[in-house]
Amino acid sequence: MNRRKFIIRATVGVGVTVGLGWLAKAPMRRALAKFADEVQGEYSGSEKAEVWFELTPQGELVLYSPKVEMGQGVLQAIAQLAAEELEIDWQKIIVKHASSAHGPLDSMSTGGSLSVSGLYNPLRTLAATFREMMRENAATLMNVSPDLVTFQNNSFVSGDQTITLAKLATQSKTWKKPKKEPKLKTRAQFKVIGKDLLRFDLLPKIKGEPMFGIDAAFPDMLYGSVVLPPVKDATFKSASAGSAASLPGVVKVVIEKNFAGVVATSRFAAEEAKKQIDVQWQMPEKLIQQTDLEALVKVGNGNPVSIQKEGNASGELKEGEIISAEFFSPFGVHAHIEPNGAVADYRTDGVTIRMSTQVVRITRDEVADALGLDKEKVNIEPMYLGGGFGRRLHTPHAIAAALLSKAVGKPVHMFWNRVEEFQNGFLRPATHNTLKAKLNKEGKIESIEHNTSSGDVAFTSPLFPKALYSLAGADFGAWRGAMVQYNIPNISTVSWRVQLPIETSWWRGLGLLANTFALESFIDDLASRANKDALAFRLQHLDDSERSMRMKNVLQAACTKAGWGKSLPDGHALGLACSVDVNTPVAHVAEVRIIENEIRVVRITCAIDPGLIVNPDGVRAQCEGAIVMSLSATLFEEVTIKDGKVTPNRLGYYAIAQLKDTPEIDVVLLSTGDSPRGVGEPPMGPTAAAIGNAVKKLTGTRLNRLPLKVLGQ
Amino acid sequence: MQLTFEINNQSHTVEVPEDMPLLWVIRDVLRLKGTKFGCGQAMCGACTVQVDGDAIRSCSYAAKFAQGKKVTTIEALANEEKLHPVQQAWLDERVPQCGYCQPGFIMATKSLLEKIPNPSEDEINDNITNICRCGTYHRMRKAIHRAVELQQKSKL
Ligand code: FES
Ligand code: FES
Repeated sequence: MNRRKFIIRATVGVGVTVGLGWLAKAPMRRALAKFADEVQGEYSGSEKAEVWFELTPQGELVLYSPKVEMGQGVLQAIAQLAAEELEIDWQKIIVKHASSAHGPLDSMSTGGSLSVSGLYNPLRTLAATFREMMRENAATLMNVSPDLVTFQNNSFVSGDQTITLAKLATQSKTWKKPKKEPKLKTRAQFKVIGKDLLRFDLLPKIKGEPMFGIDAAFPDMLYGSVVLPPVKDATFKSASAGSAASLPGVVKVVIEKNFAGVVATSRFAAEEAKKQIDVQWQMPEKLIQQTDLEALVKVGNGNPVSIQKEGNASGELKEGEIISAEFFSPFGVHAHIEPNGAVADYRTDGVTIRMSTQVVRITRDEVADALGLDKEKVNIEPMYLGGGFGRRLHTPHAIAAALLSKAVGKPVHMFWNRVEEFQNGFLRPATHNTLKAKLNKEGKIESIEHNTSSGDVAFTSPLFPKALYSLAGADFGAWRGAMVQYNIPNISTVSWRVQLPIETSWWRGLGLLANTFALESFIDDLASRANKDALAFRLQHLDDSERSMRMKNVLQAACTKAGWGKSLPDGHALGLACSVDVNTPVAHVAEVRIIENEIRVVRITCAIDPGLIVNPDGVRAQCEGAIVMSLSATLFEEVTIKDGKVTPNRLGYYAIAQLKDTPEIDVVLLSTGDSPRGVGEPPMGPTAAAIGNAVKKLTGTRLNRLPLKVLGQ
Repeated sequence: MQLTFEINNQSHTVEVPEDMPLLWVIRDVLRLKGTKFGCGQAMCGACTVQVDGDAIRSCSYAAKFAQGKKVTTIEALANEEKLHPVQQAWLDERVPQCGYCQPGFIMATKSLLEKIPNPSEDEINDNITNICRCGTYHRMRKAIHRAVELQQKSKL
């Protein structure tokens, strides 16, 4: 830790703040670097002091989180990280989302499975520093040397003197950088990190407390609604209020430069009035059709970028017995259950917006830009997210809410309906993968070539300014999971970038699911071609390097737990697959049966090695959730574009896994290394391939298209 | 219309359009935010409440149908000292992730167990058809079984 980067600032009255400006630029470059899956998330940011901790006069210790809670348990994890070094009972720490005006402000997003790994060192360092600051101030107040001060029962104690946190907050005159540089605990010394503590946000969620974006309110709030484009690529030309203005409850029909909307006294009135607004759209010359998109997403189209090259795969694969295959996955939607929206309160001195967002800083900047306000005049107060999955990286609705509020001079609450979510979301891109390989005489893979084609994932994101594309080359979102993890003499992996006429973007795990589906299905086919057991074949292609050993360990752990090789009930089969993402290897074994042409997944056994584990139950929950979401994509989910419209545009018609589809799930946790790695997305990887590999054992047929359907379905 | 109904054992009279979904009466007029909006199409179950004991999807239930009825929402389940057995089971099994869908599932489960105190797997699968995008179903199933146990115990 570079000491120069520490800035510590005391504020008057409300206790104390600690801040840290992190290394600028480098992380952005690194995030774009070729081996993005090795990146441990970091922060860039200003040198400005930012408020991380606040000690209130009541003796509460508030920790402001730059990461938002979207179900992944990040607030609980950072409470545990901070408590470890603060040596305060973790339940005494109140974790709140930082607002953009208050900070700390994350320069990136909450996503990419990087929250805990990225905060692991910085936050512990901050907490330890703050602990020493408190200790030194307590020592001053007691007139003793800091060495003689201990922390017991949430108070500082020396001899018979006691200083409570409240007293410390109110009586400290100044707050200074500690004289003693704090030493961080080692893994062996941890008392809070690694514990299965009950997440503090579960009880309020079970009670239905108002904590989500859609629950946020201001006094005197009105309800708004905005007319969104009817088809992809239509742009706003002009609008007239029509009969909307005279409908009951309507406060104002708002017509802006690039949208029309309405504000009313109730949501029902706003939605009814919206139907009457007459909007002129600039329609695209030709309505977009699924077939156009399918023709574009094809290996060979667009720009190829080599992302992995060892030996001379293309030369080797010119002759001999070549085994080849291709795989497809469709467009999909996020289907987060809380729709996108915001409540905005526009005043002459600035605008406050409460909402669910994964990108607090970017939302703020976009609103400031659109409204011509200084950034300091826009305060984004993040609420709990009703699901994120990458969908809340794009937040234009915040601008609409702010403009509606400005137009009526009152706070306005505005949310999209579900049809609008389907039509206007950023889709998970469709993909096409081709593979070629050759085996040697011993039945080992001699050469392999993997080509992947996908719509944009990272490149559409506001996180990555266009200027950086050339630096990155291939869209690392799209090729996540595409690199071959096995030790093979000749490997070539190429990512083909196509720009589609519709918006596609991040979806939990990015390309991981589709790429692993292709690669690990193919590996199984090579294993059967070589007459080898799927597990033995994989192990044979992993060496003794640390990375390979971790992969071998998850493969073996999953197989042992799942009873690989043991006899199964009639009509059941096991399928195996593995992947590595953000340096976290995962293996799944799927137990599958087929009933009346319907694929039923009976059980999924997962083994994961995410490095150091902060909250084991939190990791298990993330694995279970990712397994269900990827199973849903494997068996059910698909949208197509018809005449510029996303179809279907209703939940239910867009099938998503339900309780009845959920298999038994076993999670085996391995934990090597001294720092945490990502957890939220890696278990998305192997699901489709593991299920497909089991289906092939049952039917003899390789299914190469998601969602998987057996014949007759 | 003038809508008079009981919500969480309190009588209310509100002036609302008769076709306004009950969900918005609950959330926006009465400001009980525990009941969620997910789809507005009766497809996700995030808006599930009980009307005279039946689980209904309040986004697709016009206000006029609630006239004179008893509505129960998630807010009525716990009292000062105690969670409802379904909520307790949900906490014991640590079900929620993002949590957004959970009130709807808890209400659907409460209603199911009032009608079928010890449901079979098929009865659970057929009756709990809400959507949880975070994929917490695996723990929900355990929580439903645990709620059955807790309710049986509390009756002893
Ligand atoms: S919001 Fe009522 S079922 Fe989805
Ligand atoms: S917990 Fe997030 S949708 Fe169910």
